[in-house]
Amino acid sequence: MTDTALPPSAFVAHDDHAHADADHKPSFFARWFMSTNHKDIGTLYLIFAIVAGIIGGSISGLMRAELAHPGIQYLQGWAAHLHGGSASLDESLHLWNVLITAHGLIMVFFMVMPAMIGGFGNWFVPIMIGAPDMAFPRMNNISFWLLVPAFSLLLASPFFGGAGNGWTLYAPLSTYGEPGPSTDMAILSLHLAGASSILGAINFITTIFNMRAPGMTLHKMPLFVWSVLVTAFLLLLALPVLAAAITMLLTDRNFGTTFFDPAGGGDPILYQHLFWFFGHPEVYIMILPGFGIVSQIISTFSKKPVFGYLGMAYAMVAIGVVGFVVWAHHMFVTGLSVNVKMYFTAATMVIAVPTGIKIFSWIATMWGGSLSFKTPMVWAMGFIFMFTVGGVTGVVLANGGIDDYMQDTYYVVAHFHYVLSLGAVFSLFAGFYYWFPKMSGRMYNEFLGQAHFWIFFVGVNVMFFPMHFLGLQGMPRRIPDYTEQYAYWNGIATHGYEIMAFSMLIFFGNLIWSLIAGKKVGDNPWGEGATTLEWTLSSPPPYHQFETLPKID
Amino acid sequence: MRIGFKGSGLKGVVAAAALALTGFAPGVGAQAAQPAPQAAAAPADVSNLAPTSAAAPVTAAPASPELAMDGAPPMTVKPMVGQPTDGLYGLQPQVTKNGRRAHHFHDVILVPVIVAISLLVLFLLMWVVFRYREGSNPVPSKTSHNTTIEVLWTLIPVVILALIAIPSIGLLAAQYKPAPAGAITLKAIGNQWYWSYQYPDNGGFEITANMLKEKDQVSAGERYRTAADGPRLLAVDNRIVLPVGVPIRLITTSTDVIHSWAMPAFWIKLDAVPGRLNETSFTIEKPGLYFGQCSELCGARHGFMPIAVEAVPPAQFAAWVKAKGGTMPTPGQPSNKVIPQPGADLGDATSVTPPGIVPTSNGALENTTATPPEVTQGATATAPVGNVGR
Repeated sequence: MTDTALPPSAFVAHDDHAHADADHKPSFFARWFMSTNHKDIGTLYLIFAIVAGIIGGSISGLMRAELAHPGIQYLQGWAAHLHGGSASLDESLHLWNVLITAHGLIMVFFMVMPAMIGGFGNWFVPIMIGAPDMAFPRMNNISFWLLVPAFSLLLASPFFGGAGNGWTLYAPLSTYGEPGPSTDMAILSLHLAGASSILGAINFITTIFNMRAPGMTLHKMPLFVWSVLVTAFLLLLALPVLAAAITMLLTDRNFGTTFFDPAGGGDPILYQHLFWFFGHPEVYIMILPGFGIVSQIISTFSKKPVFGYLGMAYAMVAIGVVGFVVWAHHMFVTGLSVNVKMYFTAATMVIAVPTGIKIFSWIATMWGGSLSFKTPMVWAMGFIFMFTVGGVTGVVLANGGIDDYMQDTYYVVAHFHYVLSLGAVFSLFAGFYYWFPKMSGRMYNEFLGQAHFWIFFVGVNVMFFPMHFLGLQGMPRRIPDYTEQYAYWNGIATHGYEIMAFSMLIFFGNLIWSLIAGKKVGDNPWGEGATTLEWTLSSPPPYHQFETLPKID
Repeated sequence: MRIGFKGSGLKGVVAAAALALTGFAPGVGAQAAQPAPQAAAAPADVSNLAPTSAAAPVTAAPASPELAMDGAPPMTVKPMVGQPTDGLYGLQPQVTKNGRRAHHFHDVILVPVIVAISLLVLFLLMWVVFRYREGSNPVPSKTSHNTTIEVLWTLIPVVILALIAIPSIGLLAAQYKPAPAGAITLKAIGNQWYWSYQYPDNGGFEITANMLKEKDQVSAGERYRTAADGPRLLAVDNRIVLPVGVPIRLITTSTDVIHSWAMPAFWIKLDAVPGRLNETSFTIEKPGLYFGQCSELCGARHGFMPIAVEAVPPAQFAAWVKAKGGTMPTPGQPSNKVIPQPGADLGDATSVTPPGIVPTSNGALENTTATPPEVTQGATATAPVGNVGR
């Protein structure tokens, strides 16, 4: 078996024999706590993301419960519970800010990113490029395990007062506006999560550049690999800026520096520039791997290659590059000068062009195809439409003159939940159903998968679409109570959450049932359309795959 | 929840906070823990007025406590104008020129374009579902390139975006047009968690606006919100009054964390940043009551520091200014009054000066507060000189 000229299919036929010693797995502790295997680490990341998603999603349930009706109904009770006795009204209002902060940070740093990059990226990037593992397996291990103390710090912070400054941690609210250790804990949590992501990014870039199988040129890589490559560069360039910004927060808080304090010559707006220089690429970090997942799925279930492959790959590169020069559109009402505002308006609109290329290329991939609407495909198609809706409201918000009205209203909340909660999360579910048979060796229940999609689809739209209307009527973000004129749409949004939560019960039911009793699947359950390398391996793949590298024509 | 400041000057504002009718809930926070000073200092018949005007020479006693206008007919809340309306799905009606322009741009250009794009994508998706499902198209085509269509779907969005950008840039230019001479300056100062306002062109008197609590949230005798004040969570004790048809120069700053002065009906939102002065301008076209809310997360009571503007004819505004102890500027003559700068370092670490106190050496201003005079002496020694912002 030293003939590297053999096509991948040659190995499949001899799978059992070739990997006779490849499936020797370490003991339980060594395998799951000292893991250097990209698939096991990917599984750990996915489990981590699911746990974080349950916590972050439950917090949004608390928020929607409180917002169901005008007035403060539950906050004081929860705060009393947290403080072990009674809580003042200010303490309970602060708890609201703790909840919104935790929801944002958990969903961004501990759910979407670990699932997309750590989970699916770890699992399938090495396989898709024909590599046996990641370039730095031990670094991969520490990337994951840094997340555990990071998440623990964040989860522990509410018990030390709670960080209530929003996920953006704007100074001075996060410096002299918030005494106590909890904000420091949240900052340190981001430091650790950021270090984890930087290490992960280095690993992915090295792997993709150096460990592609013979014949796997950059322009033959599956689009999911392209998406992770672009994402890794965004992480590598953006996260150090966040690290710098929050380090300055830490020193402002604890060591008397005044980077962001005007009393000492600092500037609160400087923090916002630094944060959003990271923060805007961050939103593409959360969505680009989703683009990659959706590209694979649309191609598979259309039984056609992706339309305009090079355009698709370089559209992602363009989004990544332009994503670095649009950050101040998050700061349109901070007092930017007119020229700056005009530039950021124009630059932000430019992003719509490569995004449009992707949307139309997905549709063109389906055009002329032979479509089967399995669960991953309906999630991917749902993604395309919902991401379009979230994208066009982004075009509205891009206009600096319009944003004066929309900034910090529920219109913005609706916009970013359409691109994340209905965009990124749809692509996560699409990828999960798509690769579940490959990862587990068992098929999910198709009926429950479809039910999950349709009920979730209705739920999140009922929840988030009315938020556009609330925003147009001027309802500010991040308030625990609202005047009665916002009651109607808020009540409907909370019903949407209930529908969505019900669909998640179906998902978890399906997940557990399928892991235990799902039908065993062969190498490729999706048929001729699934052409990437993971479908040439057994399901689940051998513990070490490609001991002899496949050759790509 | 009161935060500790490093700068001594900020302490003065903290003291001012204690003067205000502050506190969403009685008995919480450091501010509310202090006794309400105006109740003791002011005569009973004007106890509902703002603390800043409590000791001012009141020319006409208000007919009812919810009036911002002294002695003028009450301004009533008009449904659907200047406030949100339940169950609607559009923008609030606009009462400024730029607001109407932006409203028009949003409703006539942006919304049709984004709805059309969304429907186009939806239609294409439904078409491929119908036409290219396995049942009706069992053999997939192998087409994976078409340069013409790829160029088209790159260039057409570029053209659409350019067409959007032209009015968008024009709107921005209009919004940034500086206020003309003769504009009335309103300085909005964000505090945790209330707004204070100054009228530097009108003698620099100050208004402090706190949210009005509900009847069951206040102790006996304390003022609570009535229907005439406005909606719950939007009504304030002291509305600011602005003239209709006169350009307003809005300046925002903050004494603690970042706040944001937002008035949907004016299409105005401007962050109030400590250490900075932000400026914008607008002209209100219709008399009325307009409500907004703080729009930048600023701590526990972020949702409870509303903004209420009462827009009145210029003559009525002049009367109100006079009643507040202010002056109307002579046309063509800039005000030479030195205005105290909140957030500025007014003195050394021991001097504490509420911003309502005006140094007497800088021209006698009628409005003073019930603060003991020795504090004023401290401020006189170190006259503030434009040390806020850049």
